[in-house]
Amino acid sequence: MRKNLTSKTILIFAVVIVFVFGIIGLPGGFSGSALKASILNRIHLGLDLKGGTHLILQVMVNEAVGTARDSDAAHIQQDLQANSITVGSVTSDPSRPDLIEINGAPLDRSSDIRSVLDSKYGTQYDIASGANNTWTLTMKASAVADLKKNALDQAIEVIRTRVDSLGVTEPVVEPYNLGSDQILVELPGIDDEGRVKDVIQSTARLEIHAVLGGPYTSEQDAMQQLGGTVPLDSILVPTKPGVSSTGGVQWYQLKRTAEVGGTDIRSARVSQNPNTNEPEVDFYLTTAAGDHFADYTGANKGKYLAVVLDNKVQEVASIHDQIRDQGNISGGNMSNQQANDLAMLLNTGSLPASLHYLQESTVGPSLGVDSIHQGVMASIVGMLAVMIFMLIYYRGAGVNADIALFLNLVILLGFMGFTSSVLTLPGIAGVILTIGMGVDSNVLIFERIREELRAGKSPSAAVDQGFAHAWTTILDTHVTTIVSAAILFIFGTGPVRGFAVTLSFGLFANLFTAVFVSRVIFEANLNRKQRGEALSI
Amino acid sequence: MELFREVKIDWLGKKWYFLGFSLIFSVSGLLSLFFWHGLPLDVDFRGGTVVRVKFDQTPNLDHIRQAANKAGIKDPRIQAINVGTASNEVIITLGEAQTSEAALDKGRAAILNALTNSYSATGPSNPGKLDLDNAGRSSLAVWLAQKDPEHLGANDAATQHYTQQADAILNFKDNQHGGLLPSIDSLSGTATPAVVNQLKQDAYLSGFTIRNVEIVGPQVGAQLRKQALLATLYSLAGMLVYLWFRFELIYGVAAVVAVFHDTLITVGAFSLSNQEVSLTVIAAILTLVGYSMNDTIVVFDRIRENLRMSRREPLAAVVNRSINQTLSRTVLTSGLTFLTVLSLFVFGGEVLRGFSFALVVGILIGTYSSIAVAAPMLVAYQDWRAGRGKAAALPAARKAKA
Repeated sequence: MRKNLTSKTILIFAVVIVFVFGIIGLPGGFSGSALKASILNRIHLGLDLKGGTHLILQVMVNEAVGTARDSDAAHIQQDLQANSITVGSVTSDPSRPDLIEINGAPLDRSSDIRSVLDSKYGTQYDIASGANNTWTLTMKASAVADLKKNALDQAIEVIRTRVDSLGVTEPVVEPYNLGSDQILVELPGIDDEGRVKDVIQSTARLEIHAVLGGPYTSEQDAMQQLGGTVPLDSILVPTKPGVSSTGGVQWYQLKRTAEVGGTDIRSARVSQNPNTNEPEVDFYLTTAAGDHFADYTGANKGKYLAVVLDNKVQEVASIHDQIRDQGNISGGNMSNQQANDLAMLLNTGSLPASLHYLQESTVGPSLGVDSIHQGVMASIVGMLAVMIFMLIYYRGAGVNADIALFLNLVILLGFMGFTSSVLTLPGIAGVILTIGMGVDSNVLIFERIREELRAGKSPSAAVDQGFAHAWTTILDTHVTTIVSAAILFIFGTGPVRGFAVTLSFGLFANLFTAVFVSRVIFEANLNRKQRGEALSI
Repeated sequence: MELFREVKIDWLGKKWYFLGFSLIFSVSGLLSLFFWHGLPLDVDFRGGTVVRVKFDQTPNLDHIRQAANKAGIKDPRIQAINVGTASNEVIITLGEAQTSEAALDKGRAAILNALTNSYSATGPSNPGKLDLDNAGRSSLAVWLAQKDPEHLGANDAATQHYTQQADAILNFKDNQHGGLLPSIDSLSGTATPAVVNQLKQDAYLSGFTIRNVEIVGPQVGAQLRKQALLATLYSLAGMLVYLWFRFELIYGVAAVVAVFHDTLITVGAFSLSNQEVSLTVIAAILTLVGYSMNDTIVVFDRIRENLRMSRREPLAAVVNRSINQTLSRTVLTSGLTFLTVLSLFVFGGEVLRGFSFALVVGILIGTYSSIAVAAPMLVAYQDWRAGRGKAAALPAARKAKA
C-alpha cells in the first residue's frame, strides 16, 4: 500500500521556503555579515540583548487637573464680573485639585450666579451653594478622568517628539498597563541615560505670572512678611540659582493663575543678547494667548512680571509697554547647549504635568553581547544533546525527529521574523525550552508506534495507530502550555513577554512539524521499504 | 534501544512513600518560607537599586565597601558573581529604604561616584578627564566633536564623522573586549590617529564599567508582586477549567493539586537555597505549570483510554498499568527537557541563572508529581466515594466519548 506523498512534500517545502524567507528576508548578499544583517533586520533584539534603557514614568495627572481647575477659577471670576456680580473671592483649594470655592457671594444674586455657573461650567462641575454665602464647584468624575487621560496622551506625544529629536532609533513610548498614569519608554542603544532623562523629565512648563510681592531673601522671610500664610490666590516661587543679582536664591510672591500658560507657546528659538553676547531663548505666543497678554500688559504698565520655568523664576521684568506675542528668557548663565535644549523643549511643547521615574533598567551593550553569546551557546548545546540522544535511541526514526526539530526551529524563527517580534534573553530560553518540549510530541508518537509494533501490528498500521492515539494527548498538552504562555503574555512585560511569544510560536510550529512533517517522513520511508521489512524505530 | 520494556511497578502500593517524600519537601520549603529565609525577592519585586559592575581585575570587595561607606551609602550588599572562572563582576545592591521614588537616581550616582573616586585604577587624579570605560555613545560623540582633534570645524559632516568614530570605539570595546579596554593604544586600528591621541591626552580608563543598572521604585515593585501572584493563580485556574472541560472535574482537581505541589516545592527551593525570585523566575514557574500539566495529562489520557477498554478492572490496577505504559515516554521527555534546561543552567549565564534553576527543580518535581501525586489522587477519590457508599463512578467509565 503506497501513498502518494507528492503534494504533501511540496507543501512542506513551500512552508520551509516561506519561513526561511521570514528569517532572512531577501538578503543583500550571501556573505556571513550580509546574512547576519538581514536576520537582525527581521528579528529584532530586545533591550536586554542590544543594550539600552527602559524607563517607567508616572505622569502626575493630578497637576493637569489642578491647572485646568485654576484656569476655570480665573474665568469664573471674570464671568461673574461680566454679569456685574461681585463676589468676595474665587479660590482653588490647594489640597484638592478638583475643587473651586466662591466666598462672599451676594445673597440676592443667587439665581443669577446659579445661571452663570450652570451655563458655562455645568457640564464640567457639580455646583452647590453652601452656608455663609459660599458656592462650591466640584469637578465631575468624568471630567477629571478626561483631563487625566488627555494629560497622559499629551505627555506621551511630547516625550515621543523629544526622544525623536535626540535621534534614538526605534524608541518605544506607550502607555503602560499597570496604571492609568504610567508610560513605558524604551530607548535601544542608549547607554548614557543621564542626558536623555533630563530631556524627558524636564516639564518645560513656561509660565508668566504677575508679581505680587518680593523679592524675599528666603521662604521664612517671605512667610513672615506675609503674616504667616500665603494668600490663597498666590504662590511662593524661588528663583533659579544665579538669576538674582545677589547670587543666592530669592523668593517671589506670584499670582497663582498664570497670565501665559504652558500650552500658550507657539515656537521658540535661540538668539544672542546683543549687549552681553550670552545665549537667550526667544519665544512666541499663540494668537489667543497673545491677545490676552496684550490686554494684560496694556492695562498693567509699570508692574512686574515673572517668567517661571518649571516652577523656578527665570526672570523678573517690569512692563514698559504693551507686549503682544513675544518674549525672551535670559539669565541664569545658560550655556549654548542648555539654550538649545530649552528651545527644543519649548518647541516640542511642554508636558502637561511633571513626571516621576518609577523604574529604570539600563543594560550596557557589553552585557547584551555576552548574553547573546551565552544564549546561543546554551541553545546549540541543548539542541545537539537532544538530537544526538534521539538518533541513538530511535535510530531511523531519530533522523525523522531531528528533521522535525530543526524545522520547528526554522518555523519558530520565521514566525518571529514575519511578526517582527522582539527576541529577548528569556526569549532565547523559550527557544531552548521549545526544543526540549517539542521533542515530547515525537517521543509520544514513537513510543506509541513501538507499542503497536509490539502488539504485532504491521509497520504501516502501527504508524497509523501511533499517530491517531497520540494526537489527542498532543493537543491537550499543547493547549495547557499555550494557556500558561498566554497568561504570561497578558501579565508580563518586556523580556518576559518575549519568552511567552517564542514559547507559543514554538508550540504552534511543533504541532505542524511533529505531527504532519514527521508523519510524511514515516510514510515516505514505508513507501521505500519492502513488504514485511522492519521499521527502524 | 529501549530503556523501559514491560515495566510492572506497583506505583499505588508506594503511595505512602510518595506522600512522605512530598510532605518532607513541601514542609521544609514552607518552614524556610515562614521561619528561615522567607522568600528572597529580586529587585523587580522588592524595589531598590542594583548596579552590576565589571572590573578589569578581581576586585577587592572590602575596598568597594569602604568606598561606598565613604560616599555615604548605607549597608550596601556587595556580591561577587561567579561566572565560570573569571569572577571580575560585582553586584551592588541598595535596599529599599534608600530608594523612595524621588531618590531613585541618587543611589546609582552615589555608587558611580564612590567607584570613580576611590576605585579607579588611576585613582581620582583625573579631574576633568573623560572616563572612556563608562562613556556613553552620545556623550563620547559630543566630547569628540567639542575637542575636534582632526580640526574639522563645527559642521554636520564633522558631527557625523565623530559619531562614527565614537560608535566604532564603543563597538570595539563592547564586542571585542567585553566592555573594558586593555589600553587606549589598543584603539589604534579602530579610530583615527588624531582621535586616539586626543583620547590618550584627555581620557583615561577607570578599569571598571557599569554593565547593568536596575532601579525599581516601591510602587512598581508592589504592582509587580501583585501581578505575579495573579498570573500564577489565573494560570492554575485556567488549567482547572480546561481539564474540567476535556476530562472531568476530579481530573482537573487532581492535576491542579499536583501542579500546585510542584509550584510550592519550586518556590520552597528558592527559599531554602536563598536565591532571589525575579520576574523571569515567575515566567519559569508559569511554564512549569504548563509543563507539569503536560505530564499529568499524558498519564490521564492513558487512564481514560484504558478505562474505556476494560471496565471491570479495579481502578487502581488500571491506573498502575497506565502509568507503566507511559513511563517510558514520561522519563524520556522529562530527561530530554531536563537536558536542554541543564544546558541553559550551565551555559546560559548569570542573568538566566534563577530562571534555569526554577526549571531544573521544577521539571524533576513535575515529572515525579504526575506519577506520584495526580494519579494516586484519582484512586483516593474513588476509594473515598466507595467508602461513603456511592457508586464507583469514575469518569470515562460512564462517559464514552473522547
